[in-house]
Amino acid sequence: MLCQKCHERQATVHLKKIISGEETEYHLCEQCATEQGDFIAQAMQAFDFNHLLSGLLNMEAAPGYPAQAPAALRCDVCGMTYQQFTQVGRFGCPHCYESFASRLDPLLRRIQSSTSHTGKVPRRAGEQVKRRRHLEQLRKQLNHAVATEQYEEAARLRDEIRQLEQMSEN
Amino acid sequence: MSLSDFLQQAISRWMKDGGPQDDIILSSRIRIARNLQDLPFPILQTDVHADQVIQEVQKALASSAVAKLGEFEFARCRDMSQLDRYVLVEKHLISKDLAEQVRHGALALRKDEVMSIMVNEEDHLRIQVIMPGLRLNEAWQLANAMDDALEQQMPYAFDDNLGYLTACPTNVGTGIRASVMMHLPGLVISGHINRMLSAVSQVGLTVRGLHGEGSEAAGNIFQVSNQVTLGESEEEIINNLTSVVHQLIDHERSARRLLLQQNRELLEDRVCRSFGLLAYARQMDSKETLQRLSDVRLGIDLGIIKGVSAGILQELMVMTQPAFLQKYYGQELSPGERDLRRAALVRERLRLDTEVR
Repeated sequence: MLCQKCHERQATVHLKKIISGEETEYHLCEQCATEQGDFIAQAMQAFDFNHLLSGLLNMEAAPGYPAQAPAALRCDVCGMTYQQFTQVGRFGCPHCYESFASRLDPLLRRIQSSTSHTGKVPRRAGEQVKRRRHLEQLRKQLNHAVATEQYEEAARLRDEIRQLEQMSEN
Repeated sequence: MSLSDFLQQAISRWMKDGGPQDDIILSSRIRIARNLQDLPFPILQTDVHADQVIQEVQKALASSAVAKLGEFEFARCRDMSQLDRYVLVEKHLISKDLAEQVRHGALALRKDEVMSIMVNEEDHLRIQVIMPGLRLNEAWQLANAMDDALEQQMPYAFDDNLGYLTACPTNVGTGIRASVMMHLPGLVISGHINRMLSAVSQVGLTVRGLHGEGSEAAGNIFQVSNQVTLGESEEEIINNLTSVVHQLIDHERSARRLLLQQNRELLEDRVCRSFGLLAYARQMDSKETLQRLSDVRLGIDLGIIKGVSAGILQELMVMTQPAFLQKYYGQELSPGERDLRRAALVRERLRLDTEVR
């Protein structure tokens, strides 16, 4: 089939427009389709990835989603609102992840296989991460020791934690 | 400039050297997304922020750790012509998004064009390595080394639990996108392709056409890549992709064998007909060119066509794109003129392989 506009090339873009029951069909070559512009661009956009993502983000009624996000939910570092994020599908700054944390889990569960990272850890930040994980571990042990009245063990843990905290402050 | 000289200069390594399984795998690519701490992502970037990121990257590029990984050229998008930017897109060295980031975008490109660093695209940094054949591990190791070298110079946005923080939640975690460009004419001709591809999408991988998201699979070329970036390690992601790719290779090989056994005449006719058209046609649009090139490449792989270099598919699929054609002929070309010049370029290129009968 030839393009109905230039009558020269093969029609490769086929579009059917239905407006209040009235059907119009278009058969265009790629070139004429791009030149034709608007409505085809719109049709393509319907499948645009951002829209798909923001569609996911707006599935508020779906099970597993916490109740409606407060309109005022906003990142206090870059100023992006949650509303804006759902429209563009992009965060404004690294801190947004923390600001919108309450809304993020269900989204990540949908688009990713899990909600925690198990891959590479940057070398420099890695040291801090390791230390922080170790501290958390020790604090848990300390709580346990106190709860089970093992005071000697608790004192030892307390000293170790204090020492580690001083190290990271330096 | 003669065509062969132009080719010498214009072709990236991934388009000319072979590699493992290069009868089916055209290229392997690793891209990792990274962002700097305490700076807004490019979507909210001011000129000052953008300059700051660019300065940090330039400083890092000058460090000895990065210097060990090769010699890089650095340029801001605004200092390159639009045509040059689009040539880079067609060579798969930068993304279209970066080419359009005229004000804030920048690029570091290794001399052999194996590695590029896109600056201020969707994320502050996108490290990309592209290699011919099936070499995901090698590509990852190189990208990983660059990542380590850059990280020594600038602190990344990283979260204990979520990993590397990226502008889009689909990249968070490892920030890695591993992809393989495959030529699968056997599966397409035999009609098994859709079944294969839907199986692939069920194991957490995505399949796209030659030009990425939303493009159709012109020339029987498909890009298979990982979809998930959070919850699996880089090695798991690469191993998973590699094992699926190996299965696709096996299926493609047996489809080709079957075609040869059962439909030899038909196949030979198709291949030689396409070769004839490429060798003599006076005008051709890019879609037909890709389809014919795919046929000829299949003919070369199956020994039906001899004396033509196998790399012709990768080479010409890039060189017959609009920006590249205009670069070669040194002038702006309307779509109609492009079809004429495209056919001329293909004829000329085929003639370079002297043994053409």
